[in-house]
Amino acid sequence: MEKRTILNSRHFEITLKRLASQLKENHQLFENTVLIGLQPRGIHVLNRLKTILEEDLKKDLTCGQLDITFYRDDFRRREQPIIPSVTNIDFIIEEKNVVLIDDVLFSGRTIRAGLDALLAFGRPNRVELLSFIDRRFERHLPIQPDYTGKVVDTMSTQRVSVEWKEIEGEDKVVLYTEEK
Amino acid sequence: MKSLSVEHLIGIKELSQEDIELIFETADSFKQVINRPIKKVPSLRDITIANLFFENSTRTRLSFELAEKRLSADVVNFSAASSSVKKGETLIDTVNNILAMKVDLVVMRHPNPGAAKFLSERVDARVVNAGDGTHEHPTQALLDAYSIREELGSDFKGKKVVIVGDIKHSRVALSNIFCLQKLGAEVMVCGPTTLMPKHIAELGVKVEHDLKKALEWCDVANMLRIQLERQDIQFFPSLREYSMMYGLDKALLDSLSKKIVVMHPGPINRGVEITSDVADSDQSIILQQVENGVAIRMAVIYLLAAQIKR
Repeated sequence: MEKRTILNSRHFEITLKRLASQLKENHQLFENTVLIGLQPRGIHVLNRLKTILEEDLKKDLTCGQLDITFYRDDFRRREQPIIPSVTNIDFIIEEKNVVLIDDVLFSGRTIRAGLDALLAFGRPNRVELLSFIDRRFERHLPIQPDYTGKVVDTMSTQRVSVEWKEIEGEDKVVLYTEEK
Repeated sequence: MKSLSVEHLIGIKELSQEDIELIFETADSFKQVINRPIKKVPSLRDITIANLFFENSTRTRLSFELAEKRLSADVVNFSAASSSVKKGETLIDTVNNILAMKVDLVVMRHPNPGAAKFLSERVDARVVNAGDGTHEHPTQALLDAYSIREELGSDFKGKKVVIVGDIKHSRVALSNIFCLQKLGAEVMVCGPTTLMPKHIAELGVKVEHDLKKALEWCDVANMLRIQLERQDIQFFPSLREYSMMYGLDKALLDSLSKKIVVMHPGPINRGVEITSDVADSDQSIILQQVENGVAIRMAVIYLLAAQIKR
């Protein structure tokens, strides 16, 4: 497996800060906006953005964690069932502006399921999508992000992994290529 | 990613501790789902489930049906009282006719022990046992243990549970004994000698005939219903005498040196196994058991359905 770092920790930090600024431009004081991270790995993007924004705005933001396991379209197509993670949304999203947050946007199927899962908590006014990495040529569904950390051009056999200081020990994005 | 080690849920006896814990973890997620404003998920929208009830049931049947509907499965119901079984059709014929209508999973309650296993060996569908005679009632045991886990925490080591009443005719007792022992809890059975199966101690349970002593020993008391419908001869002189010896009332509960948790699988014969003030007290978790029943059944059906190949 060939391994190449496509975003080092310095650029990682800059990218997060830029995303936070872009969110602030569109949502100002986040009065009617909630941030929702997709389980499992979108939560890390959410937590970092939350820290940056809360420090900046000097107020608490409404944030939630959404698990989409039961809404996937590949149930029974896998060898083993996926074990769900925790959903933690203790507010109603009725008439709210929602920013869905995930780490890597690939086929778009996770986001499709996320939109479905979101409806169980009310009818949002508007939903936007923030993806830290956008693998732009791999889409199976007509879903595009509103905020992108970095666009990468990949083949479907490659794998992109976003790694986090608090879990893997270092902030970076790695591209894995299968060796022939 | 994990998966159950069995293809059918016939009894707790066939499950491993990991299976039981996997079911509990999955049920945790479904419990969240059923407490949301919209209580339904689309996971099983391409699965059809038949509920075959050859014996009366309210709670179990409603609970299974709700669980199936909240997973978005298509559901067909069948009850023996209003069917061709009355005209002399055999079990296999009945079931094969239903399966010819392309059913993926069968939930069955039957008065004969072993009926679910018999069926699972002969039909091409997943089978969930919803009670087979005096043998097992696995989903009830799972929801009982799940409710205990909610009250006392997920480590069952050293937890003491007493099952009181009609052990001989109770499938709930047998499934509960298997389930609690697999999780590491200590189990005691308590009841009159006539309602105690002959070799029960060989299952590794303590046997006690004095209710007060049993209650002093335990953390949780599961009060079983007296199953008059299964008693072909008289096992005790009168219901009144039974309730004086083995009924739990508020005075007895308050006289104990610690606060125990009181459970009942329903339906309650108020004033026989437990009195109304005990059933409605804050130590009783009877209604939590019912709520957890839906989450547990969703988890079982979800995990079994995940194994069905297209």
